[in-house]
Amino acid sequence: MPFDKKFSESLAKSIRIHALNMTSSGNSSHVASVLSIADILSVLYGSVLNIKPEKPDWANRDRFILSKGHAGAGVYAALAEVGFLPISILKEHYQNGSILSGHVSHKGVPGVELSTGSLGHGLGVACGIAYAAKLDGDSFRIFNLMSDGECDEGSNWEAVLFASHHKLSNVVNIIDYNKLQSLDSVESTLSLEPFKDKWEAFGWKTIEINGHSHQDLFSALNSSSNRPTCIIANTIKGKGVSFMENSVLWHYRSPQGDEFEKAIIEVENA
Amino acid sequence: MRDTFIEELTKIARNDPNVLLLTGDLGFGVFENFRKEYPKQFLNVGVAEQNMSMIAAGLALKGKRVFTYSIGNFPTLRCLEQIRNDICYHDLNVTIVSIGGGFSYGALGMSHHATEDLSIMRALPNITCVAPSSLEETKDATFQLYKKKGPSYLRLDKSNASYDKSENFILGKALKVREGEDVTLIAAGGVLQEALKAAESLEGSSITSRVLSMHTIKPIDEDAIIEAVKKTKGIITIEENNILGGLGGAVSEVCMERNLRPLFFKRLGMRDEYSSVVGDQDFLRNHYGLDHVSIATHVRKLLSDI
Ligand SMILES: Cc1ncc(C[n+]2csc(CCOP(=O)(O)OP(=O)(O)O)c2C)c(N)n1
Repeated sequence: MPFDKKFSESLAKSIRIHALNMTSSGNSSHVASVLSIADILSVLYGSVLNIKPEKPDWANRDRFILSKGHAGAGVYAALAEVGFLPISILKEHYQNGSILSGHVSHKGVPGVELSTGSLGHGLGVACGIAYAAKLDGDSFRIFNLMSDGECDEGSNWEAVLFASHHKLSNVVNIIDYNKLQSLDSVESTLSLEPFKDKWEAFGWKTIEINGHSHQDLFSALNSSSNRPTCIIANTIKGKGVSFMENSVLWHYRSPQGDEFEKAIIEVENA
Repeated sequence: MRDTFIEELTKIARNDPNVLLLTGDLGFGVFENFRKEYPKQFLNVGVAEQNMSMIAAGLALKGKRVFTYSIGNFPTLRCLEQIRNDICYHDLNVTIVSIGGGFSYGALGMSHHATEDLSIMRALPNITCVAPSSLEETKDATFQLYKKKGPSYLRLDKSNASYDKSENFILGKALKVREGEDVTLIAAGGVLQEALKAAESLEGSSITSRVLSMHTIKPIDEDAIIEAVKKTKGIITIEENNILGGLGGAVSEVCMERNLRPLFFKRLGMRDEYSSVVGDQDFLRNHYGLDHVSIATHVRKLLSDI
């Protein structure tokens, strides 16, 4: 399948606009965390994942887990854009009685494999699915998307050892390396560098790319190996809205009023 | 209990290739046969209980029937959030097995005593919690938990009670192992043997005891508790666990909500403390007042205070 870059970039734009709308009307946090991964989600849902919206439980589907569950709005938006959910449901995000909680939830939401929100769970569960798939001779792949701050959690490193020991070549772990976490930069909190060397040393095939380049993402996500794959995606937290970029504030702040209008215009005109 | 469990699980695995046994690097001298016979159904995940629980969740999401295994608090408290979010919230077919319930690991010390696990695991929605008291109960519990959908916790003990079985083991139904009218002794786990010995010694003073093995802590058998309150004078619960929130907590919740007023009610267990003294299981039972002599003394005193 040839890669349709235009389609992919326009899907990312839709995800960003949904994310702005959802976090604005829900008065909720984490908009910058979603903007950071909009391109990754777009390439995955639009061009990489082998999934069937009309059959969300199809046995041989690729699995995707959002381990950085606080960016759930982005997954809901992507699922809606590719047909798992009606677009109209997105406005219920964060509302009383909705099925769309701030942190991604599988309850009643077709297409979500795992509810997350506590950091450090996704990769281990992905490895469990991958191990079972190997036992069963299944050919699908399991994608996990985690954050850089999340790498502080020791549970991930247990899973990292497990995946390479068992040669889980069906696992692709993507790290949203936006260099910011909750209070501060990654560098001043717990430095991860030399990051690529760490993953390589743990036995993972590691690819470092620009996490906003759809072409790079597409190539990296489709590369294969006899080892588990880690994609370190260099990203910008808040990508696409100039005043949200690289600022911890927008981990928390909800876009309202003028700020909301400005943000929408920037994304639309990009 | 451990050997009985693994014997039964080996039989289950023989008939169901979908069954997987995960261990956190424990089970020396226990799993050799299982491993030899069913190498594809055995997985040592390493000393990594959080990952063991996440791997279990992933396997179960893909349709496997998983047992995780370790000792003391390692497969439970060490990875509690993985159990809560990944296994229980997703209602997955995973049975968490801990050997070394209560004081089983005796002189190894506090780190190896599981004395809050019953309370904590019981508080997780969706999970069934079982602490068998005899080898036969262990065998039946293993099989019935395997058949049951959803997560479960199986707490095994080094000690075990033995009694003549008059009823069949059914998850969620207490086993009446002795009939009596003055007091009901409700125990979970191997410490039932102390309750039975106490009952025997009390009979010498013409005090008769109903003894229940409350192997399933959750869902608890409300009917058995109601009947016990109606047919005997008072209730004593016995567990190698904190009295807060475990067996005693569960029984008292039923009494309050059902408006049942036994003439006396006593929870025997750890009185909100850690087991900091050194000794084997019997020594620790003595120290913490869970031995048959202490139980019998409580019964006499409570009856005379009525
Ligand atoms: C186990 C756990 N601890 C703390 C949190 C609270 N929390 C949410 S996001 C976050 C860090 C944000 O930085 P990062 O993980 O790098 O994600 P980003 O938003 O930059 O994508 C924290 C500490 C959590 N969700 N889970």
